[in-house]
Amino acid sequence: MNIVTISFFLGIVGLTLIVTYIAAKKTSSASDFYTAGGGLKGWQNGLAISGDYLSAAAFLGVSGAIALSGFDGFFFSVGYVVANLVVLYIIAEPLRNLGRYTLADMITARFNEKRVRAAAALSTITIVILYMIAQLVGAGALIQLLFGIDYWVAVLIVGTMMTIYVLFGGMGATSWVQIIKACLLLFGTGLMSFLVLRNFDYSIITMFDEVSRATEHGDNFLNSGVKYTNGFDSISMLIALVLGTGGLPHILMRFFTVKDARTARTSISWTTWITSIFFTLTIFLGFGAAAFVGVKDIMAANAAGNLAAPLLAEYLGGNVLLSFICAVAFATILAVVSGLVLTGASAISHDLYGEIFKKGQLTEKQQMLAARVGSIVLAVFSILLALGAQSLNVSFLVSFAFCIAASANLPVILYTIYWKRFTSTGAIAATVTGLISCLVLGALSPNVWGPEGTAIFVGEALFPLTNPAIITVPLGFLAGYLGSIFSKKEENDDIFDEITVKANTGMGVSDISH
Amino acid sequence: MANQMDISVEEQPKTKVGEPALANKKEKERQVYKEIAQMDSFKALVKKKKKFLFSTTILFLIAYIMLPVLTSFTTVLEHRVVGKITWVWIYSLSLFVMTIVLCEVYKFRANKFDKDVEKIMKEYEDNK
Repeated sequence: MNIVTISFFLGIVGLTLIVTYIAAKKTSSASDFYTAGGGLKGWQNGLAISGDYLSAAAFLGVSGAIALSGFDGFFFSVGYVVANLVVLYIIAEPLRNLGRYTLADMITARFNEKRVRAAAALSTITIVILYMIAQLVGAGALIQLLFGIDYWVAVLIVGTMMTIYVLFGGMGATSWVQIIKACLLLFGTGLMSFLVLRNFDYSIITMFDEVSRATEHGDNFLNSGVKYTNGFDSISMLIALVLGTGGLPHILMRFFTVKDARTARTSISWTTWITSIFFTLTIFLGFGAAAFVGVKDIMAANAAGNLAAPLLAEYLGGNVLLSFICAVAFATILAVVSGLVLTGASAISHDLYGEIFKKGQLTEKQQMLAARVGSIVLAVFSILLALGAQSLNVSFLVSFAFCIAASANLPVILYTIYWKRFTSTGAIAATVTGLISCLVLGALSPNVWGPEGTAIFVGEALFPLTNPAIITVPLGFLAGYLGSIFSKKEENDDIFDEITVKANTGMGVSDISH
Repeated sequence: MANQMDISVEEQPKTKVGEPALANKKEKERQVYKEIAQMDSFKALVKKKKKFLFSTTILFLIAYIMLPVLTSFTTVLEHRVVGKITWVWIYSLSLFVMTIVLCEVYKFRANKFDKDVEKIMKEYEDNK
């Protein structure tokens, strides 16, 4: 570590703490804490959502995957980009019009039952914890590799930082940390892509040509099949990516930070442009790393390829660019885990404690206290789990979180907004079936069972696919359908009228929130 | 800011005095929603919106899922277009272009739907 590296890091930490300080002064109610008072502008929220999409898994993981397996690594990029459309077309606006702080708020706008809220909160907490362990373990490993500090110290540093942002600055601070990080990441990626293209004489054809000779895969590197040999597995993974994004609670929560549906629309339009540009650039990062750093050196630094982008930065711009990219990667991790803590806390403190246990009878002050206690509890719990999970291969946890989001959350969201005959029993059936089928099939998958050294346990996997979405998503939808038609038709025509009018007109938004 | 005041008032534990007034307000609101939901112009809008949203969604999901289907079960995308660039890259990047185009189409249509909603609300106010 040297003076340049240290100054970039202190710069990032300092900037985010200033932002937190400013946000803390504005955070005086539960609405400020959970949704930044609904006061974000479209472009701000758009950048913040982009920040959520561009997690460490996306930046480091995707560029590394492209460097190691060519086109198969790029599959992720396609999934993340097209997912924007699912969110924009069928989720963003009705969600903004119906909800207040959480996904459960939106569903209970139609079914005002504790068990419905509890089921939604449960799936939110499960997804957040899986996602968070993946991010924290990844962060710990990365910081350990970059700076040579111990894994547990690295996890504690990240854990402490995220807790400070959330505890004092709430959603305001979390959003601004995301915005800063998204800008830095776009700048860094753009610069690196330009340098890569310059090294290929500004010719994309030359780049493809040279990359096809750079790896042992030869021309196959430029086609699918290096990594995914089971067609159903890649289809399943792509289903989880495109449908899961629209059910991820920390993404959904971002739509409550803007004042109305029109602004929600503008946000996701910003996100669409930014993510489309960013994920196109991942091709340059991945190919650049494969051609200039070489697969051997990338694998030597980290077998999963996570250090491909930092190594490429070192090749292109020496220590200065390396330090900058590492600092940006650090900011990326901090921003994403902060959003996760906040989302988990909203499910614990608002849904479970405030609405179910205390029946919504909390004063503003009590709500704030509950939110902060919830944040600490969730942060400590995740840090402890992450400390124990160091040797776990975590990359599958992320795709798994997408799978649960697509199977347990998405069916309920769609039915709640669009299906008149949907019942509360159907809602619970869909959530529970989606959640449990993912967990069970996941536990039987090759991620958990495999030959010595490739999985958690040694043995034969009973379920052949690494990502079960191709089975569990239809199961979630089917359970919601059957649960509804086999339960008594609820006398909720009036409420469905109310939902439809609110979802389509935005009436009542100013009453229920902000 | 004024709205924030509303919410803190609403969120206070309900007092006995406030309760009937609150229930009354809820009932009135529900009546308004019901009346709007039964308007022909509103029903037509919801139908038009649903048709646009779901038909487009199905189309782009099919275009998207064809990518792994084609790469897994056929070799059509493995042929070269220019230099060593194969169709699989062209197809993937076309999906990016599709995403941006459909995003803009959505914004255009949604702004029109907003105007329809304004009209419907005006019609509702006039007929009250």
